[in-house]
Amino acid sequence: MSKIVAIKIGLASCGIAAGGEAVLAELKKATDLPVIEVGCIGHCYAEPLVEACLDDGSSVIYGNVKATEKDIQNILSLAEEGRFEIPAARKAKELVKVLALAGKISPVDFDDYTANGGYEGLKKARMMKPEEVIEEIKLSGLRGRGGGGFPTGMKWGFLAAKPGFDKTVICNADEGDPGAFMDRSLMESVPHQVLEGMLIAAYATGASRLIIYCRAEYPMAIKHLKIAIEQINAHKINCFDDRTIEISIKEGAGAFVCGEETALIASLEGQRGMPRFRPPFPTDSGYQGKPTMINNVETFGNVPIILREGGKNFASVGSEGGRGTKLFALAGDLKYPGLVEVPMGTTLREIVFEIGGADPDHVKAVQTGGPSGGCIPVEMFDTPVDYDSLRSLGAIMGSGGMIVIGNDRCMVETARYFLDFTHRESCGKCTFCRVGTTRMFEILERIVAGKGCEADLDTLEDLGKKIKAGSLCGLGQTAPNPVLATLRYYRHEYLEHVNENKCRAMQCNALVDIYINKDNCVKCKMCLRSCPVNAISDDFVVDPAVCTRCNSCLDSCPKKTIIRVAKGEAK
Amino acid sequence: MKTEFDFLKSIAPEPGNLIKGLQLIQATEGYISEDGIRAAAEYFGRPEADVEGVVSFYAQFKRVKPGKFQISVCDGTACHLKGAPLVHEWLYQDLKLKPGETSPDGLFSLETVACLGCCSLAPVMSVNGRVYGKLERKTMMKILKEYADK
Ligand SMILES: Cc1cc2nc3c(=O)[nH]c(=O)nc-3n(C[C@H](O)[C@H](O)[C@H](O)COP(=O)(O)O)c2cc1C
Ligand code: FES
Repeated sequence: MSKIVAIKIGLASCGIAAGGEAVLAELKKATDLPVIEVGCIGHCYAEPLVEACLDDGSSVIYGNVKATEKDIQNILSLAEEGRFEIPAARKAKELVKVLALAGKISPVDFDDYTANGGYEGLKKARMMKPEEVIEEIKLSGLRGRGGGGFPTGMKWGFLAAKPGFDKTVICNADEGDPGAFMDRSLMESVPHQVLEGMLIAAYATGASRLIIYCRAEYPMAIKHLKIAIEQINAHKINCFDDRTIEISIKEGAGAFVCGEETALIASLEGQRGMPRFRPPFPTDSGYQGKPTMINNVETFGNVPIILREGGKNFASVGSEGGRGTKLFALAGDLKYPGLVEVPMGTTLREIVFEIGGADPDHVKAVQTGGPSGGCIPVEMFDTPVDYDSLRSLGAIMGSGGMIVIGNDRCMVETARYFLDFTHRESCGKCTFCRVGTTRMFEILERIVAGKGCEADLDTLEDLGKKIKAGSLCGLGQTAPNPVLATLRYYRHEYLEHVNENKCRAMQCNALVDIYINKDNCVKCKMCLRSCPVNAISDDFVVDPAVCTRCNSCLDSCPKKTIIRVAKGEAK
Repeated sequence: MKTEFDFLKSIAPEPGNLIKGLQLIQATEGYISEDGIRAAAEYFGRPEADVEGVVSFYAQFKRVKPGKFQISVCDGTACHLKGAPLVHEWLYQDLKLKPGETSPDGLFSLETVACLGCCSLAPVMSVNGRVYGKLERKTMMKILKEYADK
């Protein structure tokens, strides 16, 4: 029988949040085998995940491990119980390249990274001329993964054309789209891969300063990057023949707009993060007035792979609308939320249903691109996911956040949620964005409260168009998208709200009541006990004036006989 | 500059380092006090109004003293869909806590944040930086009680 030689446990943020640390402590108590803390393999729904590595090179993975003696013994005895298998449909569709080492190696072990092909890309680049490296990137067809999709090789060319070495390359790790976590996972699990990409960029463009602008909500990513930078300095791989590259990390301070390039630079300079007019473009005058180039975390994560396998090979994967693979953060109403990597051009149907395991009868739409994007109705799920196809539908690919919206979600409420976010995050510089998004938000608040009118819908559309036209940066230019997209595909839901005071998803609290169906009721009084405001009488009638519609009773009912119904119909 | 802010000297006194300095002040003091603003202005060579402007721009900086334990409830897209508004409702019902406020015993402060990057475990909160996922009313109150008893 095979023997366990080492045990790996996923301890990225998701693993820890699921209780991985307690499992680690129990494992260490129970065995003398080496226990290696690794990053995230992307199957967040099954965290905490523990991998038992066997002497024949294979391994067995256990999912949803609890810090109990039974679970730990199951692992150590290689029991059948509790084993985790990657769902077959996902295995068939996925193409893991950028994430190949994530969750497989220790994120903070330099030797582990180099033993698995790490820094070979940089070595190869340094045997080429800088302009040859840029040619290779152009050949690969790589486009920026931060949302805009600008051709990366071209951007590098702009910076390389500037004379001298007094130039800066910035890694945009602000990951502001709420609901996206690709960049977090990459930085936590394989920080060296991101840094290798940045060093290659420095070599190719003639920069001598590297800055990572990382949001402060990602403490583990920052910690791992800091350790990795120390290792790079110790191994002197940042020393090129003619210059030494200085690498630093700056923490963001919680402002979505700082993901925009010029705002990011203002923030780095210790100012309020307000975008400014372009030109001049950062490659002409950026950080401290010097030529500067900004790329996204995932963009850099792709670079070592391009160098290792060659631009032409890299471009053989993907579609016209985008080359290579793309990471998506799947969350919302589906069975297998987590991080997936698929070739560009994979359809939404494949991602949401086959990989994500969502129930086709229960999905209404998917939101891509976060607050700058739009929703795509389930009828259009055969659309390939790349930069251009999604834009034609009024959505964007964005950085890769994908939220699956189930049938029991209200699209008006979803749009209200996004406008709540953007109107607060508007920096206030442009009137259309500052005042316009606030007005849109107020109208949406009115509609979900059952106080809207039909004319509101036209006002929303009108305002949306004007805000898009009258804003300086991408925030305002895209902020109306979630509203415009839902108005385009789900106008009937808006109309029901304003004309019939009805929310078909039974989500908008002002338009629903709670009803206890007495036919199934076993009079256990769990609902009475769970109600925080004592809205339920002894004969099981809910007082709508007192009830806050917090759903506590629905969750507490063992017979599932309490439901949300349209207002006034709780009879 | 008051000597209690001497820790700023670990950062170079360049105007561009202001945000880093403010982050250090907040990490040390828990928030940015009037004295903190004055110290940062003096040390980094920027007008006080300028410093105030930077502090008010970024959501991270707090101008009032927070509780011993900082609860950050995520209201990112995934968490919102999966019930972040309910999490807020529970906190209000059970602890009378509203976002931006601190409990009278000084133990807990509540804030809303956008995405902690653990969306697949939504709804999510963090307490002093430690993330808890798949929140339910009971488990959440148990977690908070454990903190309160510390
Ligand atoms: C409001 C706003 C927020 C943005 N947030 C991010 C972000 O969080 N991360 C990111 O990489 N790019 C973000 N971008 C896009 C960047 O401005 C920029 O296009 C990108 O970092 C360039 O890198 P790439 O070419 O590698 O994609 C944002 C843009 C806008 C307008
Ligand atoms: S939306 Fe809550 S962790 Fe991402």
